[in-house]
Amino acid sequence: MSAIELYAVRKAFNEGRPNEFLAVDGVDLEIEPGRITVLTGPSGSGKTTLLTLIGCLARPTEGRVHLGGESVSGLPERFLTELRRRTFGFVFQQFNLIRGLSVLENVMLPAYPLGPHYSTLHGRAMELLTHLRLGHRAEARVEWLSGGEAQRAAIARALINDPSVVIADEPTANLDSHLSAAFLDIVAELRSQGRTVLLTSHDPLITGAGVVDRVVAMRDGRVV
Amino acid sequence: MHWFAKQRYLIDYTVAAMLRRRAKNVGLLAVYTTIVFLLASVMLYSNALKQEASVLLKEAPELVVQRMVAGRHDLIPADYLEPLRGIRGVRRLEGRLWGYFYDSTVNANYTFMVPPERDIDPGSIVIGDAIARARGSETGDVLAFRGAGETLYPFRVAEVLPHESAIVAADLVLLSEADFRGFFGIPPGKFTDITLTVANPKEVRTVAEKVVSALPDTRPILREEMQRTYASLFDWREGMVLVLLAGALLAFAILAWEKASGLSADERREIGILKAVGWGTGDVLKMKLWEGGLLSMLAFLLGFTLAYWHVFGTSAALLAPALKGWAVLYPNFELTPAVDGLQLTSLFVITVFPYTASTLVPVWRAAVTHPDVVMR
Repeated sequence: MSAIELYAVRKAFNEGRPNEFLAVDGVDLEIEPGRITVLTGPSGSGKTTLLTLIGCLARPTEGRVHLGGESVSGLPERFLTELRRRTFGFVFQQFNLIRGLSVLENVMLPAYPLGPHYSTLHGRAMELLTHLRLGHRAEARVEWLSGGEAQRAAIARALINDPSVVIADEPTANLDSHLSAAFLDIVAELRSQGRTVLLTSHDPLITGAGVVDRVVAMRDGRVV
Repeated sequence: MHWFAKQRYLIDYTVAAMLRRRAKNVGLLAVYTTIVFLLASVMLYSNALKQEASVLLKEAPELVVQRMVAGRHDLIPADYLEPLRGIRGVRRLEGRLWGYFYDSTVNANYTFMVPPERDIDPGSIVIGDAIARARGSETGDVLAFRGAGETLYPFRVAEVLPHESAIVAADLVLLSEADFRGFFGIPPGKFTDITLTVANPKEVRTVAEKVVSALPDTRPILREEMQRTYASLFDWREGMVLVLLAGALLAFAILAWEKASGLSADERREIGILKAVGWGTGDVLKMKLWEGGLLSMLAFLLGFTLAYWHVFGTSAALLAPALKGWAVLYPNFELTPAVDGLQLTSLFVITVFPYTASTLVPVWRAAVTHPDVVMR
């Protein structure tokens, strides 16, 4: 299990231009493995940007991100892709499922570049969907799903490559309280499987949930 | 194994993605197919014409000797046959009678000829099928032409030449020697030119040299020169049409660039999602190349099949007037299907290459989309 450590991480957008903007400003943080951590704070506080840096979706402008003791912030693109593929599973705020494809196809998508045997991949995707109570919707196109179903499909997609870290950005922003509670149940289960879970949220239902191990507050790009 | 499985997943995904953007891809496919169709039609057609002409010219004599007076062709006296007969290597020689005739009733040129190996009854003619079409005549009809001294010569059509020989016989009128001499006012003892059959093809050039030294006022024309002339004539016509098509090809490359670079917000987001969930730049690039490759292959197959049907099924109905051009009498004939491997390869290169080249940069730009775009 790999710990995630951040040292003096800064992320600037539009660098050197008049509209330069500092989204993350000198963050030092350690995220413990196998636990549920929530980044919270108002809009524009830098939570999502910090998630993209931790999840190897972007590189910091300054500072270092360590994964399992190794610096990953300077790695070339293809190594970052490999890390992203094998270590992280993402659940996006808008779920970002690809329209026009079935639930099953969306779930299998992250595994395509690995070229697994089709029956193995299909079996694993169905297993995840069934576990998340979506087995009966496997062949449905994603645009026909309800909000809760779409989120569970996104979770299944995040888990298809069996990642050790699951990252979710504002996972309950589009869900009612009942569905948010169901999401927390899934998160608890992920932790019980030994996965690290990192969420961003300003939903009190999440930040105040008993299952959450740690809440990190942010404001103006800094941890407060 | 992994590599193949991965390519299969990429192709599956690409096909699904193309079907999702059906309107854009069908439009592109239609334009692409049309371009391949036009280019393939021109290439297949002119190649088939060249082949046809060369097959027919195989029967032609190795050498034709013409008499030149002040640099222009003149009638050749029959006593020129004697010195030519003495040249070693000449197997057979014959004086020919032929000439062009302008028919003002249909504004067309015909070739009148006395056939060397066929007797035609005086007062009768055998005509090419283009003349038969132009004049609306068939066997048994009487055709009248105004000959030497403005005299009207009526001829009975004894036969219309078969379709197969149309490419060089479309405008042919065969008649007896007596009728020919009377019609053109050529006195006995004169021919239009003399044909020589040479036994050994390697000796043709030597024989030609000997002809010039024996008869300095003559010009020998080699069969291979005639073949070259036909070939370059069709090459020239093909070139003209291809130059016109080059504009279309360029327009297509611009369209392809525009289509490939004009990634919609949806497509950009989709690429962002793919990269965020673990696809690399290389995977997206491969997916996009598969997209271009599949589109190219499909357009090439469709365009080529349509062109094949157009050329060999409909006798190139759309291109015939530009490429065949036999005075105003267009030969009407069916070409023998022939596909040249080199030609097929060049066609593939000149259609697929501009498309691939014009989409490569936009595709690369799409592939390097940052994955964090989906989080913004």
